[in-house]
Amino acid sequence: MAVTENLPSGTSERPIGFGRLKRKEDARFIRGKGNYLDDLRLPGMVYGAMLRSPYAHAKIVSIDTSKALAHPNVAAVVTAKDLETLGLAWMPTISYDTQAVLAGDKVRFQGQEVAFVIATDEYSANDALELIDVEYEPLPAVVNARKALDPDAPLIRDDKAGQRDNLASPTWEAGDQESTDRAFAEADTVVSRDIIYPRCHPAPLETCGMVADFNPETGQLNIYNGNQAPHAHRTVYAHVAGLAEHMIRVICNDIGGGFGNKVPVYPGYVCAIAGSIVAGVPVKWIENRSENLMSTGFARDYLMRSEMCSKDGKITGLRVDVTADHGAFDSTAQPTKFPAGFFHIVCGSYDLQASHVKVKAVYTNKAPGGVAYRCSFRITEAVYLVERMVDALALEMGVDPIELRMRSFISPEQFPYETTTGWTYDSGDYAKTMKVAMDIAGYDDLRREQEEKRARGELMGIGVSFFTEGVGAGPRKHMDILGLAMNDGADLRVHPSGKAVVSISAQTQGQGHETTFAQIVAEELGIPPEDVQVRHGDTDKSPYGLGTYGSRSTPVSGAAVAVVSRKVRDKARLIAATMLETRPEDLAWEKGRWYVKGDPEKGALIEEIAERAYSGEAMPAGMEGGLDAQVIYDPPNLTYPYGAYIAVVDIDPETAHVKIRRFIAVDDCGVRINPMVVDGQIHGGLAEGIGIALMEVITFDEEGNCLNSSFMDYLIPTALECPDFELGETVTPCPHHPLGAKGVGESPNVGSPPAIVNAVIDALHETHGVDHVDMPCTPARVWAAMQGRPEPPQ
Amino acid sequence: MHVSIVINGEEVSRDIEPRMLLVHFIRETPGLTGTHWGCDTSNCGACVVLMDGKPVKSCTTLAVMCEGHEIHTVESLEVDGQLDPIQQGFHELHGLQCGFCTPGMLMTTRALLDENPDPTDLEIRTAISGAICRCTGYKNIVSAVHWAAEHQAAAKQEV
Repeated sequence: MAVTENLPSGTSERPIGFGRLKRKEDARFIRGKGNYLDDLRLPGMVYGAMLRSPYAHAKIVSIDTSKALAHPNVAAVVTAKDLETLGLAWMPTISYDTQAVLAGDKVRFQGQEVAFVIATDEYSANDALELIDVEYEPLPAVVNARKALDPDAPLIRDDKAGQRDNLASPTWEAGDQESTDRAFAEADTVVSRDIIYPRCHPAPLETCGMVADFNPETGQLNIYNGNQAPHAHRTVYAHVAGLAEHMIRVICNDIGGGFGNKVPVYPGYVCAIAGSIVAGVPVKWIENRSENLMSTGFARDYLMRSEMCSKDGKITGLRVDVTADHGAFDSTAQPTKFPAGFFHIVCGSYDLQASHVKVKAVYTNKAPGGVAYRCSFRITEAVYLVERMVDALALEMGVDPIELRMRSFISPEQFPYETTTGWTYDSGDYAKTMKVAMDIAGYDDLRREQEEKRARGELMGIGVSFFTEGVGAGPRKHMDILGLAMNDGADLRVHPSGKAVVSISAQTQGQGHETTFAQIVAEELGIPPEDVQVRHGDTDKSPYGLGTYGSRSTPVSGAAVAVVSRKVRDKARLIAATMLETRPEDLAWEKGRWYVKGDPEKGALIEEIAERAYSGEAMPAGMEGGLDAQVIYDPPNLTYPYGAYIAVVDIDPETAHVKIRRFIAVDDCGVRINPMVVDGQIHGGLAEGIGIALMEVITFDEEGNCLNSSFMDYLIPTALECPDFELGETVTPCPHHPLGAKGVGESPNVGSPPAIVNAVIDALHETHGVDHVDMPCTPARVWAAMQGRPEPPQ
Repeated sequence: MHVSIVINGEEVSRDIEPRMLLVHFIRETPGLTGTHWGCDTSNCGACVVLMDGKPVKSCTTLAVMCEGHEIHTVESLEVDGQLDPIQQGFHELHGLQCGFCTPGMLMTTRALLDENPDPTDLEIRTAISGAICRCTGYKNIVSAVHWAAEHQAAAKQEV
């Protein structure tokens, strides 16, 4: 199965270690034998369906479930009243807010959960939804975050004691106002922009859902659910449902994409669990596409007013004032002490004199969420802001946007670099990466081509972005989610035959962990990847940890696997010393083998050592038998991958249609474990970035009706919108990660939207005077901008 | 209503409600869960199967419409332990990640190669433009189809 190219070989004939190893998990997927949630059928299983609010804001006068209950195939209809008796009507969110599981008093967004039907089959459950009679008294809705704090705005969260306005969280600040004011006072050039990162949605191809299976005889609750953090979910369910944590088992089989959407706990999950506990049979609930887009974790929705300044030709200062739209319940995904996530990484890749960031969050009559759609906690918003501002400043200064970036970059000798907002960047050589991107693009030639085309009336744009991300959250002294340290465990067992099982707490949703994590063990222990089984997705069979999002798999869980492998290697050394009748310090390691220094022929292979560890032979004094180890990895810092992206676009002067002709992405994610998988991650993130920049948006009318509730109106890029991506790389190892790796999954999503928008503006500035356009750059919006009528998304 | 459909060469009969979708019929009756659904609106292509050799979206096809027709699903691609070149191509070129769109992509591109054994980039991209992949950015899928085209041509020459 595992065919490889260019892989280093160990003592065996088989390839071992880092390199382009084809994926183990493919075997089942290409045969249609994946095991996704909806594929699961348990004996006696019944089906749930959710009744949702047609209004964005309305009082619930009454709910009549009698007709639905009379349906012959309906087993139960659950409303807020029923949940109240179980203490489950409200649940805590990831951001210490509360969210209604089923609306009792009023509905606060269109698509909110109102009643849950359980029936013998899916069709009947959906039929019964039509039979529930809910009387609503509509209320005025507020959907524009900037109007949410107006004195006449309707109060959304009247359920919260003492809440008198729609402020979701008070203003949070980073950086320093005084020194920033000074930088602006001393500046040569100042630009300001109102930059909106509109609401969009991760929309994984497989929607969210659950099969809850409570066994009344044993009290065991098995939860089958594609989520990105099974251990954290189990802890949350224990708290929410008041169940004993050791009697809950969360099982994630194959997951059809997550991208942040499968981080939170949703009301449907709680209903499925409550349903199974009450009915004593397994309950399956799987949302449809509209439910996914209308009610589960959206992303972004950041309204950012910003100023940037320069002095002596370099960027010196940045001010940002953000209004964050959290929807009706604050369930944004972020570590506890970071109410705006990592947004304050907004000073980007530049050696600024000063910066100051303010973020306040409001409630609106829109779905809750604020999940990181393939991004590390608001870094996408930050990178979009700073990279748009740098281009705006370059335009004002009349310098090439790459030139301004080059002048202002943090230089390699400044690392570790402390930013003006308190991050400590680990390593980087930004100018080098930028140059690689310019070379691949043929930047000077592109500028010449642009000149020629412009002379012919053709619209071509070249857009650049350079991002620095902070991923791999995070050190327990700084970061937790709901009080849980953001660490990850690994448990490695080498069996007597030298084959191994490594259990991890990260949770793949397509990233290829079964292959790459086996490669880490291979690299560290010399056991071929095909002989290493990676186990995850079952809380009974894997160590505790916080899962996969924010590009944290390789930085945290990957480090855990490296460290646990080294622990096993250390133990193997002691056993080998006994076997070879020498002292451990006289042994040297080569991949898969300890040997005697000065007598390299004399050595013990890892499988021989494993055999010995389980045999009847004596172990070193004081050592237990077996060859295994366990760790919990606490990262000392985030890792800081970065990259230089260049987009080349052509805009049809007649239709304003933006075509991305080329996209060059040069990523530095440190050491690459499996370059094939890394490239695949970058391709996928770029496609999502293209979607966000050109097509993907969730909007609402003034009454709060969601206008993008299916794939008919929430447009996802197809193969025709995506160019043949051109990738490059530089490798600057992370100094504090055991493998030197930095993580990559979200970089392309973070870095690509500003490059594309900058390209659109670059195409239109000289001919049409366009100096700003908001995403998504649809033909209508670009056309309006060309006519001098910029149309913000809200 | 009684319906009888030939799925992967085997006749499957069952009494169903007339409104039952083909995707549900395939997944429930013979239990072939390789065919997925992703959108309900015929946009995503996760549910694509071949009906008399042509790709159709089984989430917007009623099972009763398939009476007397022949359906092929992803499970039919591998024959006697031999992978179809298109399956092999997706594996060789990393044309899949989460795997959820993969069955639909495989059936769509299998149908393309049946009609056009040597498609261009644009022909491949056009053929799969009714199918969404959220993970791969399509680049490696395009390469995988080329790989399959080359290898099945080479295999034919050997015969």
